[in-house]
Parts: sequence; structure tokens; C-alpha cells
Amino acid sequence: MMTEQVFWFFAIVASLSALLVVVMRSPIASAFWLIATMLCLAAIFFMLHAPFIGAIQILVYAGAVMVLFLFVIMLLNLGQDQGAFRRAPLWFVAVVLVGVLGSQLVPLSGYSRERMALEYSRSALLAEPAVMFDSTMYAAGLDPVRETEARGVPGDIAKPLFEHYLVPFELTSLLLLAAIVGAVVLAKRRI
Amino acid sequence: MHLTIALILGLPLLGFLLNGALALRQPSAKTVVSLIGPGVLLASFGLALKLFLDLSALWEGSPDAAQIVTLWSWLPVGSLQIDFAFQLDQLSMVMLLVVTGVGSLIHLFSVGYMKSDDGYARYFAYLNLFIAFMLVLVLGASFPMMFIGWEGVGLCSYLLIGFWFTEKANADAGKKAFIVNRIGDFGFLVAMFLIWQAFGSLNYQDVFSRATEVLPAGGAVVTAITLFLFLGCTGKSAQIPLYTWLPDAMAGPTPVSALIHAATMVTAGVYLVARSNVLFALAPTSQTVVAGVGALTALFAATIGLRQYDIKKVLAYSTVSQLGYMFLGVGTGAITAGIFHLVTHAFFKALLFLGSGSVIHAMHHAYHATHSHEDAQDMRNMGGLRKYMPVTAMLMIVATLAIAGIPPFSGFFSKDEILAFAFGRGEHQPIFRLYWAMGATAALLTAFYMARLIAMTFFGENRTGAREREQLHEAPWIMTGPLLVLGILSIAGGWLNLPEFAHGLGATERLHHWLEPITAMGAHVSEGLGTLAVLPEGRTETALIALAIAIAALGLFLGMTVTLKSRPVRAHDALPEQGFWKLLYNKYYVDELYDRYIVQPLIGFSRVVLWKSIDQGVIDEGGVNGAAGLSRALGWIGSRMQSGQIGVYMVLFVVGAVYVLGMVAWR
Amino acid sequence: MPLVGPSLLLSAILFSIGVAGVLIRRNAIVIFMCVELMLNAVNLTFVALSQAYGLSGQIFVFFVMTVAAAEAAVGLAIILAIFRHHKSVDLTNINLLRG
Repeated sequence: MMTEQVFWFFAIVASLSALLVVVMRSPIASAFWLIATMLCLAAIFFMLHAPFIGAIQILVYAGAVMVLFLFVIMLLNLGQDQGAFRRAPLWFVAVVLVGVLGSQLVPLSGYSRERMALEYSRSALLAEPAVMFDSTMYAAGLDPVRETEARGVPGDIAKPLFEHYLVPFELTSLLLLAAIVGAVVLAKRRI
Repeated sequence: MHLTIALILGLPLLGFLLNGALALRQPSAKTVVSLIGPGVLLASFGLALKLFLDLSALWEGSPDAAQIVTLWSWLPVGSLQIDFAFQLDQLSMVMLLVVTGVGSLIHLFSVGYMKSDDGYARYFAYLNLFIAFMLVLVLGASFPMMFIGWEGVGLCSYLLIGFWFTEKANADAGKKAFIVNRIGDFGFLVAMFLIWQAFGSLNYQDVFSRATEVLPAGGAVVTAITLFLFLGCTGKSAQIPLYTWLPDAMAGPTPVSALIHAATMVTAGVYLVARSNVLFALAPTSQTVVAGVGALTALFAATIGLRQYDIKKVLAYSTVSQLGYMFLGVGTGAITAGIFHLVTHAFFKALLFLGSGSVIHAMHHAYHATHSHEDAQDMRNMGGLRKYMPVTAMLMIVATLAIAGIPPFSGFFSKDEILAFAFGRGEHQPIFRLYWAMGATAALLTAFYMARLIAMTFFGENRTGAREREQLHEAPWIMTGPLLVLGILSIAGGWLNLPEFAHGLGATERLHHWLEPITAMGAHVSEGLGTLAVLPEGRTETALIALAIAIAALGLFLGMTVTLKSRPVRAHDALPEQGFWKLLYNKYYVDELYDRYIVQPLIGFSRVVLWKSIDQGVIDEGGVNGAAGLSRALGWIGSRMQSGQIGVYMVLFVVGAVYVLGMVAWR
Repeated sequence: MPLVGPSLLLSAILFSIGVAGVLIRRNAIVIFMCVELMLNAVNLTFVALSQAYGLSGQIFVFFVMTVAAAEAAVGLAIILAIFRHHKSVDLTNINLLRG
């Protein structure tokens, strides 16, 4: 009903924006259309019961990363000298590959939990399908809706993040440190 | 026994090695070579005689006791066991004595004949090697052993025919001999394969003792085996269709022609048929073929000999013709008769060749002294030589009487026996009467052309030239000595196998009794099949003998008178041949036909298809260059992938991802 | 779980468009932006499936975004360095990786 139509609206806008990212000649135009895509996605995240992620999407992705992109584009002051697209033979290869890729990915949208359980049970490769859905092994068992009601929007992320996924969290901080140092070193004129 | 056999074979081989070494290092050491060359052979002959005496005593009591001397195990392959082994039985003993005996005489003759040749040491090296291989051929205990000898003598024949290889014609003759022989060898090999397939063994003992059980009489297999064996024989023993090499082989030194192309190598085919007589007895069709080809060749070659002028060529065609007789004999089933003729033929043909060698030697000497360029071998340049070379002339006449078949010379007994057996078998199989007729006609022609040879060479007026005449003289005794021995053997050889009715002269049918252990089983089989050849008796026999003598006498008489009356002219004054005589002179153009219809197409095929298309096109272009091109192409693809361009790498990423997803999504 | 299926479909479409952009465009920065687009599509997949399989999906998105930000920073710094050297960011002419 309402949710669905809103979803489809945002989905179509996101798709068109993504298409325009690829198609527009000017890099700044591409950047802007990417921001538009991200904002649509943020809206969809909200609809998918992931408010925290939606907020983060707007703040970090659209707000920081894309701004960085825009800074660099304007810093480099690029014009459209040689043309935006590669030569024609590559188009054919690209179209074929993307077509194949798309035809592989699109059917995945038909996957539901039951379907997946069925496939796993049929497959000889994947043993112990019950383990995959065991809620105690991952934080997978935590239902987002209930958790948000219980702990609030940041709370439902915080609990698994600091309990279960603490180590990756700390490692991410190291990663960011490395990124900062690397960016500074690489971008300096003289070391 | 082991030691004796090893020595008999090893001495000629040693002679080859020593003479060969001398030929390479010090070719002028002629005295040493003269001692080694004939020396080893006389030693071998002495040992062979001793062996003969020992074994004949043994065989008196137990005639079937064939001695097998195994030197080592040669080819143990799977279930096939071929040993380097030799078999001494009555048949191989006969051959052994002929090879070493006549061989020794020819070696002695060669000392005189080749004295002034630069390749003296090389000559004796090859000659000794030939004897070694020939002995392997006749003494071998299995088909592969015989085949070693077979191939080896073919090699030595090539080496000796092309002895004076600096002349292209001689080298070509050697090649021709070898290649034509090869065609026959193919037949021999196929026969060996078939024998192996049927018997699982290639030893004479195994094959011949089990032949009657394994092969059905008159069946396709045994006929195939024997026909393929005979193909080998037509090559080695110069029968139709593979005889063309023998006349060309006269390009070699005359003692070589005597030894290889008269007495020993060409008789290997007859020996093969005699040895395998059980198999041939089981295949009457093959017997008919063998006898037929023999008779036809005898007649065919005799007609060609009528109009040849080169003395050696006449003798060459005579050899082909006489070999035809031998095959007529063994094809009829008269193994003893065939072998008997082999032995007597060795005597008188060697004598004829060596005698002609003396004549040629003298003519060469004469022409050399006067610096003339006439052909020393052309009979039209000879004439009346008996005044200058009386001993040689007399001995050649003796040999001519023998070959024509005048009693009591040896040739009469052997040739008559063959023709009689053919007539006898004709009673059950009429076609043998035709063979008899062909043989009789050939006998007439033989007498004629031999008499013609004698008349042109030794009688009439001398056409050599006045100045040359002064240089003509008899050959040295080292050359006439062996001729004398051979002359005696040609006269007395008939004593080997006197026919029944001559029992007043001594033991009859000696050779027949001697060879009985070899021929008994074959005769038994033939008897069962109704194809046994029997001698005619009584009035028929007498009539046949009288006819044979009459034919021989008539031929000789006609040959002498016609030739002397027609007064031959010198070679370079002679008119070209015409009509039918032209056909004979040019040997029915057989060589030309072979060249046009077999050799040239083969060469064309080799050149166009095998060489240009397959060798150059497929193997060089497609194979070698193609492999290189393929590597290059793959390398080029590889290099394009390493372009350093991120765009290409991205494409490859996506290709990889698509592939992995494909594995998962589209399992 | 009403929106899981359509979300996955959208994600597939966005991902494909991103791949097309990476293969077709010449400008390094635009290629980078298409990579970000692909990452967004993946984020969408995770979030959609967290509806069915719990919060792990959203946690993972959290990490993905962090890493994407770090990667953007470093990547753009590299592009700057390349630009200084070649005076252009057209990837068809740059073959520094050539072996």
C-alpha cells in the first residue's frame, strides 16, 4: 500500500540517478547525481527498519565522502578535453558483461528465507544448514524491530557492536588511522 | 661343435675386420691382404670339411639328429624367443661346403684378377664379409637368423657391385640391386609375420614339425605364407618380376659376379624354398606358381641371352635362366633335384664367369697396352682366342658342355632330373607338362647361346686388332688353378646324384638319400594330397633322356655353325639391331617399362605429395611452424593482458566475477 | 518481510549500473564514484536481508561505510598524486602497472 508505493518511487529515482551518474559527461554532474542516489537509498533504509544506517548514510556518505569527491574534482579543475567515454569496442564488451552479470543477479531477488533453506537442504556442499540459522552463533537472531523498540535507534546497533563485534570495531579504528596517514603522505607535494 | 661353428663364421668376419683396417690405413699392403683374404676362407673350408666328416658319421646312425648350436639368446620378447642359433643338418651342410669351397676358389682367383687394383684390401674385406653373412644365411636355425644373412648379403652385393663407384653407372647398378631386393624382402617379412601369427615361433624345428597340425593343407594362410616367401625369392634369386638387377650387377668385378651372382647369393632363394619344403608341400597352388614362374623365367631369360654381345651379360641372363630351372625343380616338389642343380650350377657357372674373367683380363691388358678405347667385354671384339688362351678355352668348353646338359657332365644329370620330375608331375596336373615344354625349349636355347658365346670368343678369326694380338696371353696360374678345380668338379659333379638306371656306375641317388631327413615330411604331405612328383619309368624315362641329349646336341651344333657362318664384325663397326632382334637385344624393354610405369610415378608421388604437401606443408608449416605460431599467438594474448591499462584489468575482474557467480547461480 | 525482494532487485540493478560505469568511463574520479555506487548497492542488500536474518546485516553496513570512507580518502589522494605526474586523470593513457 503506502509503503510500497513510496518504496517504488524512491527506487525508480535511485535507479535513474545511478544511470545519470554513468551517463553525464561532467564529473561534477556525476557527483551530484550520486548524492541524489545516496539520499534515495537513505530513504529506503529508513523504510527497511534501519534508521541508524539511514542517518549514517546521509551524514557520512552523502555528507562527507561525496563532499571529499567534490573537493577533489574542483581542485583538479578538470575539463572535458578527451571525451568522457571509452572507445566503441569496449562498449560491446561492457554491455555483454553487464548483461550477463545482471541476469545472474536479478534472479537473486526472488530469494526468501524458505527458498534459501530449501536450497541449502538440497545442496550436498552445504552441510549443517541448521547452523546457518542458529541465532546464538551470530547476532543474527536479533530482530531489528524489537531491538529498536527496546533500546532506541542507536541502542540496537550499539549492543551487538560493542559486545559481539568489538574486535572488528577496534580494528576499524586502526584502519582509519592508516587511511589518514596514507592520504596525507600521498597527497603531499614533498615528503 | 660350438667352437667349430664359431670359427667357421668368425674367421671370415675376422678377415673382414683385418682387411678393412688395412684398407683404411695401408691400402698398399697387398701381400698381407692376399694371405688373410683367401687364407681365412680356406681355413673355414677346412673346418667345414672336418665338420662334414664328423657329422656324416653321426648321421649314418641317426639321420634326424640335426645339431642346433645356440650362441646366445637374441630377442626374448614376450612369448617370442629368437636365439642367435645355427642349425647343422644335411641341407645346411651341403650349402656350407658349396659356399666355403667355391668361395675359396674364387678368393684365390681374385688374388690374380684384382692384383693391379687400388682397392685391393677393400675388395677382400667386402668379400670376406659377404662370406660371413652368407654362412649366417645358410646355417641359421630360424627365419630371423636367415633374414640377417639375407639382408647382409644384399648389403655386400651392393658394396661389391658398386666397387668402382667413381663411375656413376656402377653406383647406380649397386643401388638398383639393393632396392629391387628390398621389395622382395618385404615379402619375406610379411611371410615371417604370418608364420609367427600361426605358429608363435620362428624356429625351423618348431615350425616345420608342427606345420601339418597348425596349417590346413591348401588353406589360405599357408598359401599366403608361401607366396610371400616366394616374393622374397624372386627378389634375391632374380626371377620374374624382380630379376632386372642381375644383368646390371655385371658392373662389378667378375669374381664378384661369379661368387655372388652365380654360385651363392642368388641361390639363397632356392635354399629358402628347399628349407621350407613342408610349407610349400601344404600349398599346391604356391608350388604351381613357383614352378610356373621358374619355367617362364628360364625361357624368357634364355631368349634375351640369344642376342647379347657383352660376354658377362650373356652369362648373367644364363644365370637367371638356370635359377628358373632350380625353382622349377623345387616348385615341382623335387627338392633334391633343385639342390642338385644348385650345386652343379655353382661349379660350372663359377667356371664360366671366372673363365670370362680371364678373357676380359687379357683383353683389358691388350687394350691398355695399345691405349685403345674398345670395349674389352664385347664378344664381337674377340674371336679365335683359343690360340692365345688354350687352357681357359678348354675349360670354358667343358663348362659349356655341362650347362648344355651333355652326359656325362654334371649339368646333364641335374637338369634332366628336374625336367623329368616336371614331366612326371604333369601326369596329375597337366600344367606341369607345359612347364616341361618350356624348360625343354629353354634348354635348347641355352645350348645355342652358350655355343654362340664359345664360337664368338674362342673360334673364328680374331677381331681384336693386330697390335693388340701381340699382347694376348694366358692368365697366370693363380687364376687358371681354380678354373681347373672347377672344371674337374663340373665333369665329376654328376656323381653326387646318379639316377637309378645308372646303378652300374656306383651308388645311386646319393644326394637324395642324404637330404631325405629334410624332404621326407614334405614328400609325405604331397603324397597325401596327390601332388607327389614321381620320376617317369621305363620307356618314358628313356625317351625323355634321349630327347634331352638330342636337344642339347642340336643346340650346341646350331649355335656353333650359325655363329661362325654369320661372321661377326667388330663392335664399333656393327650395324644397329632391327626388328625382333632389336627387342631381344634391348631385353624386351622391361627396364624401360618399369621405369615409366613404376619408378617415375613413384618419384612423382614422392616429390609432389610426400615431399611438397606432407613434409613441407603439413609437417614443416603446420607442425613445426604451426606450433611456433600457436605459442606466439598465446604469447601475444598474454602480452595484451599485461598492458598496464586499468580498463583492461577491470574488464578481467568483471569477467572473473561473472564466472564465479555463474558457478553459483547457474549450477 | 515485504520489501526484501524488491530491495534485492534494486540492489542488483544499481550494482550492474555501477559495473557498467566502471567499464565505460575514462575519468578516474568518475570510475571511483561508480565503485561507491556498487558499494551502496551492496549496503542495500545487507540492510534488506537484515530484516530476515537479524541485526548482523546492519552492523556490517556500518563497517562497510567506514571502510568506504577510508578507501575514498586514500584513493583520492592517489588520484591527486597521479594527476600531478601526468597532468590528467584519463585512465586510457596511464599504464604504470605495465609488467
